[in-house]
Amino acid sequence: MTDASTETAPLLEIRNLGISYYTRAGEIPAVIDFSLRLDAGEAVALVGESGCGKSTVAMAIMRYLGRNGAIVDGQIFFKGRDITTLSEAELRQLRGGEIAMIYQEPMSALNPSMTIGDQLMEVPIYHSGASRAEAREMSISMLEDVGLPDPERVIASFPHQISGGQQQRVVIAMALMAKPSLLLLDEPTTALDVTVEAGIVDLIASLAAKHRTGMLYISHNLGLVLETCSRVNVMYSGEVVEEANVETLFNEPRHPYTKGLFDCIPLPDADKDARPLTPIRGQLPLPNERPKGCNFAPRCDFFEAGKCDAGAVALAGDEHRVRCVKWQDLKFDAVSADTGVAAGNPDQEEVLRVDALRKYYTLHDRSIGALISGKGITEVKANESLTMSAHKGETLAIVGESGCGKSTFAKVLMGLETATTGSVSLSGETIGDTPVRQRSRDQLASLQMVFQDPNETLNPSHSVGAQIARVVRRLSPDHTSHQEIHRRVEQLLALVKLPAEFALRKPRQLSGGQKQRIGIARAFAGNPSVVVADEPVSALDVSVQAAVTELLMDIQRERGTTLLFISHDLGVVRYLADRVVVMYLGRIVETGKTVDVFSPPYHPYTEALLSAVPIADTRYEKKRIVLEGSPPSTTNPPKGCPFHTRCPRKIGSVCETQEPPEVDAGNGHKIACHIPLEELRAVEPVIQAAS
Amino acid sequence: MTVDHATRVPTSNSTLRALGNAWRSFALLRESKIAMVGCGVISFWIVVALLAPVLAPFPPNAQVVPFQAPFAAAPDGGIFLLGTDQLGRDILSRVMWGARTVLFFAPIATFSAYVVGIVMGLAAGYLGGWVDDVLSRVSDIILSFPVLVLYIIIIATIGASGINIVIAVTFASAPGVMRIVRGLVLDLRTRNYVAAAQTRGESPWYIMLVEILPNARGPLIVDACLRVGYVIITIGVLGFLGLGLPPPDPDWGGMINEARALALAFPHMTVIPCIAISSLVLGFNLLADGIREVSLHD
Amino acid sequence: MLVFIGRRFALMVLTMVIVSLLLFILLELQPGSVATKVLGPYSSEEQRQLWLEANGYLRPLWIRYLDWLGGIVTGDFGESVRFKAPVSDVLWPRLWNTAVLAFWTFAILIPLSLTLGVLAGMREGSVLDRAISITSIITTSIPEFASAVFLSAIFVFALGILPGTSGMTDGFDPLQLILPAMVLILYDVGYVTRMTRASMAEVMMTPYIRTAVLKGLPFNRVVIRHALRNALIAPFTVIMLQVNWLLSGVIVVEFFFAYKGFGGLLLEASLNQDIFLIEACTMVAVFVAVSTQTIADIGYTYLNPRIRLA
Repeated sequence: MTDASTETAPLLEIRNLGISYYTRAGEIPAVIDFSLRLDAGEAVALVGESGCGKSTVAMAIMRYLGRNGAIVDGQIFFKGRDITTLSEAELRQLRGGEIAMIYQEPMSALNPSMTIGDQLMEVPIYHSGASRAEAREMSISMLEDVGLPDPERVIASFPHQISGGQQQRVVIAMALMAKPSLLLLDEPTTALDVTVEAGIVDLIASLAAKHRTGMLYISHNLGLVLETCSRVNVMYSGEVVEEANVETLFNEPRHPYTKGLFDCIPLPDADKDARPLTPIRGQLPLPNERPKGCNFAPRCDFFEAGKCDAGAVALAGDEHRVRCVKWQDLKFDAVSADTGVAAGNPDQEEVLRVDALRKYYTLHDRSIGALISGKGITEVKANESLTMSAHKGETLAIVGESGCGKSTFAKVLMGLETATTGSVSLSGETIGDTPVRQRSRDQLASLQMVFQDPNETLNPSHSVGAQIARVVRRLSPDHTSHQEIHRRVEQLLALVKLPAEFALRKPRQLSGGQKQRIGIARAFAGNPSVVVADEPVSALDVSVQAAVTELLMDIQRERGTTLLFISHDLGVVRYLADRVVVMYLGRIVETGKTVDVFSPPYHPYTEALLSAVPIADTRYEKKRIVLEGSPPSTTNPPKGCPFHTRCPRKIGSVCETQEPPEVDAGNGHKIACHIPLEELRAVEPVIQAAS
Repeated sequence: MTVDHATRVPTSNSTLRALGNAWRSFALLRESKIAMVGCGVISFWIVVALLAPVLAPFPPNAQVVPFQAPFAAAPDGGIFLLGTDQLGRDILSRVMWGARTVLFFAPIATFSAYVVGIVMGLAAGYLGGWVDDVLSRVSDIILSFPVLVLYIIIIATIGASGINIVIAVTFASAPGVMRIVRGLVLDLRTRNYVAAAQTRGESPWYIMLVEILPNARGPLIVDACLRVGYVIITIGVLGFLGLGLPPPDPDWGGMINEARALALAFPHMTVIPCIAISSLVLGFNLLADGIREVSLHD
Repeated sequence: MLVFIGRRFALMVLTMVIVSLLLFILLELQPGSVATKVLGPYSSEEQRQLWLEANGYLRPLWIRYLDWLGGIVTGDFGESVRFKAPVSDVLWPRLWNTAVLAFWTFAILIPLSLTLGVLAGMREGSVLDRAISITSIITTSIPEFASAVFLSAIFVFALGILPGTSGMTDGFDPLQLILPAMVLILYDVGYVTRMTRASMAEVMMTPYIRTAVLKGLPFNRVVIRHALRNALIAPFTVIMLQVNWLLSGVIVVEFFFAYKGFGGLLLEASLNQDIFLIEACTMVAVFVAVSTQTIADIGYTYLNPRIRLA
């Protein structure tokens, strides 16, 4: 270890790496000409959208590419040794010992039929020949290090018995068991809620600092990268397009793609009217359909024929490297976005009113597990006395983490479920307890929904045109003849900016963003007065998200539709919502105009939520508030204030025993909290411009 | 109900497109060698069955010379390529005609079991509640019988005939089909396109037949191929046990049953129909495996 | 867990009761036809009336059913017409013979198919995998009667090393057990192998196996400690359900080889319309099938911690 060469050599150095997959269609290059340098204790990020090849790089470092993947070019030096030439036995020493990995889905990364203890203990047993007793000791102290309460209990548990956040802590513990010098993190927090994510990010940073572990951080989230890493590699279509120190890259991006990505993210100063998002047009080329020359050329505003498509582009520059032939001539300010449509003032006409809505489920759990425990019936309090209203042309955002009851609320609105008590009225007609089959055609048409997952929003068996036509036939009574329906389908496709030929396509021939567009066209087919959008862009890549969001807002503005935007993404919500409802465990904890909710006084939960969201902008600074634990279960919610179990500002036993009153902070801004309003007003803002 | 979806919007020749789709699926299937071998075997038997009246050298029930070994000369100057049986009937001709019987009844019986099983499975999976309880309980009870016991009881009660075999197969197989369909429906019903159909007020049967069923077709096609193979075995077993189609018309299982007592002296009488039945079943099993393999690739 | 086992047993009893009711209605709804079957087609109307009266067939249907059910529960199945003896005297020895055959079949089938399945699924797409997979498709395509014919042709006709019938007329002879067991194994081994292979292959693709490999564990440790337990949960159920399958198989095999077992008895009873023997055999068969199903369900929950400790 004191060998001079390992002292000077970087921890990890990748030179001109090329990785290909071999399929029936032939060789498909997944990663091309990839170089990277990572020193001990340093954190380097690999950022890009899905399919850019970032995870493939991590798997190549582990030499785990599956049967059809292979390293076709270049070397990977780890502490001076070339990984690509190691034998199986040497690889085993490296894997889990010197290089460890943290995965995206902790639940599936852990073996369901082995106790957590057995899975942890394997690492020292195999890597340092520890005895079972020693391994057990080490596991327990490691579980303490990753902040798990009661390690003795955890060690005897199976993975499904602990929460998702705890599972990820176990995976981290497992990775650190052998004190590796390099940690590969493959989207380690993507599957977790934001408030849980914040805790994990903190934990990784502190442990890495403690052990001087080098980290390769793979993520699609630029904000997260800014908080965790010192250098950034931006990947696009198998290549690194830009590489720089994190501050430099965020402040002066040089590659048009990087710049485009930043323009797609709703930063705190983005405004849907004054400074709208500028989506990147087009879509990622398939690996076997990459253009000649620059891969980004077909989507680039600075494309110049004969220059950009001449041949392979090399990375240029020294400390700040860019893969663009024109990088020295680019001036991004020149193509600033055109200003959007003038702000449409929301009407005061109330379209949707929800009053004391309550939805309880009685779960008749017939699974074997429930039969064993004898708990066949459990009551889930999904929604607890929700009261809100939405006006014509307004965007009302409903924000909350998973399990807060926002999706159940959408189902009740749509009539897929009926309310237990309380009422919902749409343009004056009561619909809260009318199941969808009993709603009139007008009621169906005027309340439609855009769904989350693009892959299951369309029926894969039928053509796009047929699916839209069916909606037209059901919901818009004035289109009856074939020609009229045909024309209407074309209109709707044009509305979502898709060519008429798309009517003939099957959903599998569409990209995720295109599928979501069809979903939007379908929702607007019957001229709805209210559209419920349940996380409509959260499954899409950043560049596509912006385009779909803008489209949705354009149509809404044009038609004066009321939009109920359900989301967990506070960045998007701040950008597009007029008013916000924050939900926690089935209840509304705060509601008000967007500006009011995003500045003090805050409900302590809103405050924590805001602080947990990473912001991809160096001009802002924010308070760090990390919540303990994960949200309690809705089958057994805490008494009193639902948030008291995790609240950093809990004031005493009153929080545990009494439901908090709803306090009006003026201008329709309401907060359900026991803390006096003056005290909440005195809290400093979470996000502030950097000094 | 399905007509609505069939009227494609930008009007074009939808039959042509359907043909195009079928051809694409077949082209995909051609990448699986296993599926192609299976297809080959099945096609061979279909051709034999269709052309039996032309190809068979003798009438299937004509009693010529008994106990002839394969390649023995026939009195009319021809050859008993596969020999004759104890009654002097040409085995080759009987195998050819037997292919007709089995390739007629097996697909019909499977189809009928599928129609019943799909309707039950859709209703149980999509409607849930007491419909599901009743249908699942009924199928559990039927499936708790050892299959052959069930067949023997049914056939012994209602008698042996072609139509009764179809009834018995439907009764015994529909619950199995139902379970598969129900499982698929429970998964597919949670898809958002189903929710989208519900929110535009579609009827339950529209959703089951137009939104859900077409997306369950992959696993169902694989299962159907396996099931046809199994029904062929069942028809053979019933014939072998003397519960099949009444003689003298040729039926592979029946041929084995009739020659069983003489099997040790004249093995060709039993071995040949056994090869016929095994190869046909193998064809369907290979096809099923190939389809599954190809569908996993996508 | 006890609640679950209790429920499972209640369900099993319920199924048995419904099956018995169906069977009773199917076979004994009309007393006249019962008398005809018992006394034969040439009995006189008077004889049948006397028999019906003597055996309580003039009582209401539901009393007759309860009486019959009571008999079955206490092991009194009535008199076999064909064997002119109490059904239980005929049934139990035959059932024992089948149990012997089934024991040897399973004793070979289970280790063989699990080993082949694990070997094939361990490295999906390898030469070994393809060889095992294709072979098992072929063996499952050959019905029992056909493999009985083929194996007899080879071992009895051509080689002459095994007896062609298994009547065991001169006492128990293990040699006579070989062909019937081989036929049953040959047909079933492919199916269980394929199920095991599919389960194993699926497990080998999971992220937690990737975790285990990337922890630096040796491949055999990954397979034995991480994959096997998860991969064998599904085949366990499959194997238990093979008992049901085997009950069909023995009918064919015992008929072919004239083995004096339960399957042959059931077939003989059906072909001879021996009504009480059919009832007894069916009830026994369904009982065996339902109880193995119950054991399979309980075992499945026990093996799967995700369900056991939910």
